[in-house]
Amino acid sequence: MTPDVPLIEVRGLRVGFHTSGGTVAAVDDVDFSVRTGETLAIVGESGSGKSVMSLSLLRLVPSAITSGEILFHGEDLLAKPAHAMRDIRGGRIGMIFQEPNTSLNPVQTIGDQIVEAIQLHEAVGKAAARARAVEVLELTGIPSPKARMRSYPHELSGGMRQRAMIAMALACRPELLIADEPTTALDVTVQAQILDLMRELKANSGAAIILITHDLGVVAEMADRVAVMYAGRIVEIAPVTDLFDGPEHPYTIGLLSSMPSIDGDSDTLTPIEGSMPDPLALPAGCRFQPRCPFAIKRCAVEAPPLETVRPGHLSACWRAPLLETLTRGGQQ
Amino acid sequence: MTRQLLWRLLTSIPVLLGVLLVGFLMLQVIPTDPATIIAGPSGTAAEIEDIRRQLGLDAPIMMQFWFYLLRVMQGDLGRSIINNAPVASELVTALGPTIELMVASLIWAVPLGILLGTLAAMRRGQVFDRAVTALSVAGVSVPAFWVGLLLLQFAAFRWQLFPLQGRGGPLWTLNGLHHVALPALTLGLIFIGPVARMTRTAVVEVLGADFIRTARAKGASEFRVVTRHALRTALIPVVTLIGLQIGSLLGGAVIAETIFGWPGIGRLAVGSIVSSDFPMAQGCILVLACGFIVVNFVVDALYGLLDPRIRSKVR
Ligand SMILES: Nc1ncnc2c1ncn2[C@@H]1O[C@H](COP(=O)(O)OP(=O)(O)O)[C@@H](O)[C@H]1O
Ligand code: SF4
Ligand SMILES: [Mg+2]
Repeated sequence: MTPDVPLIEVRGLRVGFHTSGGTVAAVDDVDFSVRTGETLAIVGESGSGKSVMSLSLLRLVPSAITSGEILFHGEDLLAKPAHAMRDIRGGRIGMIFQEPNTSLNPVQTIGDQIVEAIQLHEAVGKAAARARAVEVLELTGIPSPKARMRSYPHELSGGMRQRAMIAMALACRPELLIADEPTTALDVTVQAQILDLMRELKANSGAAIILITHDLGVVAEMADRVAVMYAGRIVEIAPVTDLFDGPEHPYTIGLLSSMPSIDGDSDTLTPIEGSMPDPLALPAGCRFQPRCPFAIKRCAVEAPPLETVRPGHLSACWRAPLLETLTRGGQQ
Repeated sequence: MTRQLLWRLLTSIPVLLGVLLVGFLMLQVIPTDPATIIAGPSGTAAEIEDIRRQLGLDAPIMMQFWFYLLRVMQGDLGRSIINNAPVASELVTALGPTIELMVASLIWAVPLGILLGTLAAMRRGQVFDRAVTALSVAGVSVPAFWVGLLLLQFAAFRWQLFPLQGRGGPLWTLNGLHHVALPALTLGLIFIGPVARMTRTAVVEVLGADFIRTARAKGASEFRVVTRHALRTALIPVVTLIGLQIGSLLGGAVIAETIFGWPGIGRLAVGSIVSSDFPMAQGCILVLACGFIVVNFVVDALYGLLDPRIRSKVR
């Protein structure tokens, strides 16, 4: 596998729902790719479609209408039969969810749940699977992993539950780990521990990570590249330092300027005046236009495509490259 | 958990006392005087007075209740007014067949209800789901005695597929099964509808839970997701329902036993009430009340088995 062939490549992904008010496109024409060993962070306010997008990669959104292509090693996951999809879920692609409290089965022991994950994908006996489960639990730094095997989720703290979730997701050594806000539900010190753990595991396993978060602090610590989502679309995607140093999209600029200090409360991102449009009544043209301080006439009419501004740095804005445009405008 | 169960046992004592008191008072307010009945039509006033004294009927009412309690605790529930047989031993004889009938009804009706409800939940909105819903609504609205009478009329009388009346021996014998079939069918049908509907609702709800999504994300098949992950949690409300429905089960048992001449508590109760055999009727009520308590106890124990969160709450 050469590093320039992406591990997963998403093309024109659309995920829609039929609702009483009409069809909602929670994810609308999204393209991105992740290379082996790379961490791509996906940021955006609550409701921008991050969870739907990440779940749809594994076809885990019930009652959704999904179109486009999700190429994993060049094979389209959307075209795979159900049984082939099951082999990939939890085997080659692992997933961690936001709510460790509700994401584990309350009536099964941690051990049984990890053992199940292993035995679903590998033809190993119970004893071998249990030994493996203890091993992965140990990797996550859970104290006395052997004893924890017999614990039920309600007997563990939130941080320990998330460690157990991570152990379960990593039990089959996936090539790609999708983590949907893995630390959002945890308190700050535990957040830091879980992030450390993920970084360490990533360094050891070489797995690629798609990390969904609305916390730019987490992005800065973890990501190689960042995709910014707004109202179901990726509006900007760039290497992490590039994005922090030279954000292009007005929405990203708003996000960054509202970034709270390190110890500040960062539970929600409502950085910019106004709120996200109702998915049933999206503005024509650029979806950010009603809130955009840089909007021009064209923005209300035509949707801007995601285009390269600098090598590796893409932005969906008619005024890109914004800084240059503004400076030039200032000189005139 | 153990403490919870012990607590349940303790709190059932006042319930039992209440049942005994109500039964006792019932004997007081009824116009029929047991002494007159025992003395028979030819009994003189002196004879009746004698019997009254023998029965302790002349003592103050609280004393009478106390004596009554003492006797009950010794297993003496009095004698039948009709045939002078000891109530307690009659009850013991009738209890076996009733338990047998309950087992024969629940053993197929509950699993079938759970199966139908689960399949309906997995195919929700589809034809199968609607059919199950329609059937369970029909099952709830059709009275048990009507179903029983229909079965009696056709399956037993016209087509002679099953015996008309009575018990044919223990359940593990062919004759026993042959006899229990129709009453157990009548009684079980009462249960399928509610169990299926409750299971469907519970499974649909559980299937939307986060941990189900986790199971799918692990690569579990839909069958596995339902059987290994959803069902166990979904069974908790179903068990509650079965516990709550025990009243209708006992009521149904009375009906089924009466229609099919099943020699159980239900038929005994109806017979004793019809013939004003109050000691016997009171004994039956006592047994039914104990039935309630035992079932609630079993339900509580099942909760603990199904849900480790309850198990560890009180140790
Ligand atoms: N099952 C569904 N039916 C209809 N709309 C949905 C459904 N699930 C999610 N959505 C909508 O999709 C949008 C994106 O949601 P989500 O992916 O959860 O956002 P995020 O994870 O970024 O906070 C929201 O507007 C939400 O209302
Ligand atoms: S396209 Fe126009 S409205 Fe949209 S972000 Fe760019 S400047 Fe703002
Ligand atoms: Mg989300």
